Amino acid sequence: MHSVRNILAIAGKELRGYFASPIAYIIIGLFGILFGLFFIASLRFFVEQSQRMAMMGGSATVNVNEQMIRPVLQNAAVIILFVMPMITMRTYSEEKRSGTIELLLTSPLTDFEIIMGKFVGAMGLFCAMLLVTLIDVAILFRLGNPEWRPIAAGYLGLLLMGGCFISLGLLISSLTKNQVVAGFMTFAVFLVLWIVDWFGESLGPTGQDILSRLSITQNLDDFTKGMIDTTHLAYYLSFIAFGLFLTAKSVDSERWRG
Amino acid sequence: MIEVQHVTKRYGRVTAVDDVSFRVERGEILGFLGPNGAGKTTTMRILTGYMPASEGRANVAGFDIFEHPIEAKRRIGYLPEAPPLYPEMTVREYLDFVSRIKGVPSAERRQRVTTVMERTHVADMADRHCGKLSKGYKQRVGLAQALIHNPDVLILDEPTAGLDPKQIIETRDLIRSLAGDHTIVLSTHILPEVAQTCQRVVIINRGRVVAVDTPDNLTARLKGAETMYVQVDAGSEEPGPALAQIPGVTRVSAAEGPAGGGFEVESDRGTDVRREIARAIVTRGWGLLELRPMRMSLEEVFLQVTTDETATPDPAAPREDAIHA
Repeated sequence: MHSVRNILAIAGKELRGYFASPIAYIIIGLFGILFGLFFIASLRFFVEQSQRMAMMGGSATVNVNEQMIRPVLQNAAVIILFVMPMITMRTYSEEKRSGTIELLLTSPLTDFEIIMGKFVGAMGLFCAMLLVTLIDVAILFRLGNPEWRPIAAGYLGLLLMGGCFISLGLLISSLTKNQVVAGFMTFAVFLVLWIVDWFGESLGPTGQDILSRLSITQNLDDFTKGMIDTTHLAYYLSFIAFGLFLTAKSVDSERWRG
Repeated sequence: MIEVQHVTKRYGRVTAVDDVSFRVERGEILGFLGPNGAGKTTTMRILTGYMPASEGRANVAGFDIFEHPIEAKRRIGYLPEAPPLYPEMTVREYLDFVSRIKGVPSAERRQRVTTVMERTHVADMADRHCGKLSKGYKQRVGLAQALIHNPDVLILDEPTAGLDPKQIIETRDLIRSLAGDHTIVLSTHILPEVAQTCQRVVIINRGRVVAVDTPDNLTARLKGAETMYVQVDAGSEEPGPALAQIPGVTRVSAAEGPAGGGFEVESDRGTDVRREIARAIVTRGWGLLELRPMRMSLEEVFLQVTTDETATPDPAAPREDAIHA
């Protein structure tokens, strides 16, 4: 019943919307620059550290994946936290404000197709952002000899985390006409999910365990180490599915309320 | 083609549409007339599947809009009050996008886009961004969008709003030319538009249907008595009493107007007194300058059915200057 053709039509429209305005270029450009800066800083730090190790003649090995890539990807996650609300805040709010939502909702499309189209479109932009950072990684491969598997796992983690942010951002955008409200609310909720495990200590071991499993960063950690754990995979995928499901409910209830 | 049965829409405690029922036959143009806030847009949104009704059923092009929304929506073209344009897309890109989501087969898409651009006179703006168009062009691209998948049913919410007089005439002609192949429901608050384009009128006020009929019948039905406008050149004489003596005439009053010597002559309903009036004037040697029946304008009908105090319509104003868009 759901048609891939319709989803792609919406996704294409979303991407065109991003790239027709300066938004996409600014986001991709600045993300690339920030990622590059973190990358250079990490690289310098890593080179200094390995030189010191060599001078001390220590037998401790240095690992480029563990000591260089991992912190870079974690920093990238922080930048994504800031950037993502800017991508998702307009998705529904803008359609509601300009009235184009009437076109979508009176076309022979299911709510699922519209939501998936918007999700795929935003993921497309996010992939473009991550693609730019691969330039830095390519340089690393020229200079050294890192393992590619942990890097791929790390990028998969970022992609999944970005997917969570997008599905949550879509939900929040579907709740309001106001882009600024949508953007700020999205940012606030992301931040709460980010730091939720900080409060674990006061709740005892069980509470700590629950909260750290809910934390969006704790789930990313293993990916950046190069481990693809089904627990984390399940966490991210169900987070995305739940976010999209709630968005569908929100769009539907909007319909009833008028 | 369209059948609306007892549709009610409530927002919380406010009832926007209250037990509305009407039918539209295939190929017909139905005018939806009502003051602002009467429930026109809400009814149209329910018909197009944008929002569900609180109660009642609506069948569009053979499909129940609540139970088979996708099938029904395939057969509906809808122009909302504000044309739903994406400012960053060019007209051509936009129409291509709409043709995709409306399910136009890819082989026909380019041809459909070209055809509707020509029909709605927007071809010269094909590569202009939608956000940079004038109000009139935006409205016409909105209309093009509604036509793109050649739907059985067209639902147009104020299709001529924001257009200049020439564009209004073009759009009305376009809408009239679409009837037959398409079944059209259009809403407006411009009364001559209804008289000129629609075969049937639904007048809606405060969410309720207050009248359904042809524009002619509506004006005739609500007209209590036949009224003639007579302009006489009687020299120094006073023609009023002479007119009042004609058999069948119930009332004579001087009409306001720029020219002197104008009278409104009322007679019993169904009696035509034109011959008697003409004879009475001519036999007295006066000049008969003008003699024509006065009909209640749609505007007066509208005011009468939508105003709670059923004031008797004031037929003083001649029809011509009573209504102008």
